[in-house]
Amino acid sequence: MGILEVKNVNKRFGGLQALSDVNLSVAENTVHAIIGPNGAGKSTLLNVLVGKLLPDTGSVMFDGQSVLGRKPYEINQMGISRVFQTPEIFGDLTVLENMMIPIFAKRDGAFRMHAIESVRNERAVVQQAEDMLESLNLADARHDHSASMSRGNKRRLEIGMCLAQEPRLLLLDEPTAGMARADTNNTIDLLKQIKDERDITIAIIEHDMHVVFSLAERITVLAQGTPLVEDTPDKIKGHPKVREAYLGETAAA
Amino acid sequence: MLGLTRKDAILLAIVTVVALLAPFILNPFPTNSGFAQFNAGYPDLMQRFAIFGIFAIGFNILFGLTGYLSFGHAAFLGVGSYAGIWMMKLLTANIIPGIAASIVVAGLFALIVGFISLRRSGIYFAILTLAFAQMSYALAYSVLTPITGGETGLQLKLNDPRVLDGALAPGERAHANLFGLDMTSSIEMHFGAWQFTFNTGYYIAALVLVLAFYLSIRIFRSPFGMMLRAIKSNNTRMTYTGLNARPYALAAFVISGMYAGLAGGLMVAMDTQVGPERMFWTASGEVVLMTILGGAGTLIGPVLGAGLIKYMENIISKINSGILHEWFYWMPDGLEDFVITLVYPFVGKGWHLTLGIVFMLVVIFLPGGLVEGGQRLRRLAQGKRAKKSATQTNPAE
Repeated sequence: MGILEVKNVNKRFGGLQALSDVNLSVAENTVHAIIGPNGAGKSTLLNVLVGKLLPDTGSVMFDGQSVLGRKPYEINQMGISRVFQTPEIFGDLTVLENMMIPIFAKRDGAFRMHAIESVRNERAVVQQAEDMLESLNLADARHDHSASMSRGNKRRLEIGMCLAQEPRLLLLDEPTAGMARADTNNTIDLLKQIKDERDITIAIIEHDMHVVFSLAERITVLAQGTPLVEDTPDKIKGHPKVREAYLGETAAA
Repeated sequence: MLGLTRKDAILLAIVTVVALLAPFILNPFPTNSGFAQFNAGYPDLMQRFAIFGIFAIGFNILFGLTGYLSFGHAAFLGVGSYAGIWMMKLLTANIIPGIAASIVVAGLFALIVGFISLRRSGIYFAILTLAFAQMSYALAYSVLTPITGGETGLQLKLNDPRVLDGALAPGERAHANLFGLDMTSSIEMHFGAWQFTFNTGYYIAALVLVLAFYLSIRIFRSPFGMMLRAIKSNNTRMTYTGLNARPYALAAFVISGMYAGLAGGLMVAMDTQVGPERMFWTASGEVVLMTILGGAGTLIGPVLGAGLIKYMENIISKINSGILHEWFYWMPDGLEDFVITLVYPFVGKGWHLTLGIVFMLVVIFLPGGLVEGGQRLRRLAQGKRAKKSATQTNPAE
């Protein structure tokens, strides 16, 4: 029984069957990649997992509890954090403040009115945020506005913010899309480090096969809203169905 | 000091000193000089500086921090005023219960309006708040006349119950007071050609302004304030960080509604009357202008913006063609008339035109408002004084 169990999920947008009978099981403390050509339904599936979309039928269980019908912030509080394709960070806030917010969210829950005490006096939170930035090599930038950082550092910060919440499942949506090779490799190294140091399950959606084969322990191939195959990276590499799904896309393009 | 950083404490100290010395600072010109009309140190205007400063500080907690643009904040000011005057009519002409009621009633009203309006964001939120404010105005003007006095509004009357106050002596009027201290009482001081007025009402309003400013600094620097800025910066990340943005925004809305109520209560405490025009949409728009003009999201900006707009409203609007002729009498006749024709549309009743131009210039060239202007000047001065190192300035002021 995996930490994340997706059963018979269907989602239709008008005439388009975005997801049809998706079954997926992500085992605890593994890195599970979901790959597939454009329009395969990867993003739709991700949006179902985080509560942004409600599927038409099916069930999604996280650690034995259903996530369906819960709001995104409630699902996050259950222990699922999401990294976006374009880094979603608090651009107007400093890097340190960015890092403090998830720590507050972890400590205080979805809402707490602490309007009089000063942020400076929350020494434990500040310390934890500083340590986290140190481990991400972002400590030097801590008083900069996060919007001024490079794409690669924004990505590091976003991943760090998710980790600061100590999630049990980390979802990554094409974390290296649009990145230079060097930044991509940095991100791969960071994710490897996270996988080695923490008890965490990682589900990653990715186009870049270099990233996928560097990280994944299991791979699910999605095409036209249905999982084609699920296997280890070695088996997936030479699988005829996978080649077909990808080559078919290339031929059509 | 007081739980503030050195920088914030200095800012608070400056505001306090300026507020206390305002009767001097705002009256720089001798009473009989030609410039006396630019003096703003008379009680009525100084009270308005303080009251609208409070209103704008509160509005900034919502708009400056969360980015939610309310176009109906005058409704809370008006509701606060009505609550205040009813307390003064029914209970006592002492201003304390009146102001307390203003804050509480405006806060409750803000809770209802905010709960509904915050279901939408952006332009739809602005329209919802505007609709609420215009409904309040229309209700106060017509249907609710028994409570609001309709078009004529409410004043303190001789036959008000005022159950806590003793009977008035024949011919005596009820005065708004703080434990006997009459709001309208003033001490005048003559100093050479200058005259300074120290008014009780102003000093009470100024004291409340300093307290309101202090509270706003604490809110800005708190984790709550940080969450509000997070809403403005990236609502998506907020949600996917496990935070429920709605109650945070609602709390900010209610707090700023209570500030508006406080301002409304103080208004009643000063002039003991209220009318529905206080809730008209132009009044809501004015506080938006004040906040943006001074610098939304900055601590001191809204106070500066409120001061500038109230100054222009009261001083520039008093300049008439007679005064213009006095100014330009030294010019040749034809030129004098020409210059006056040019300037006239911008003064007197045309002061809105001047305000509009100032507002446009600020928004285009100083998007951060007057505060940004000040920062640029300071950087310029620093750059000239010492060009050796590029010092970093902290934008949060």
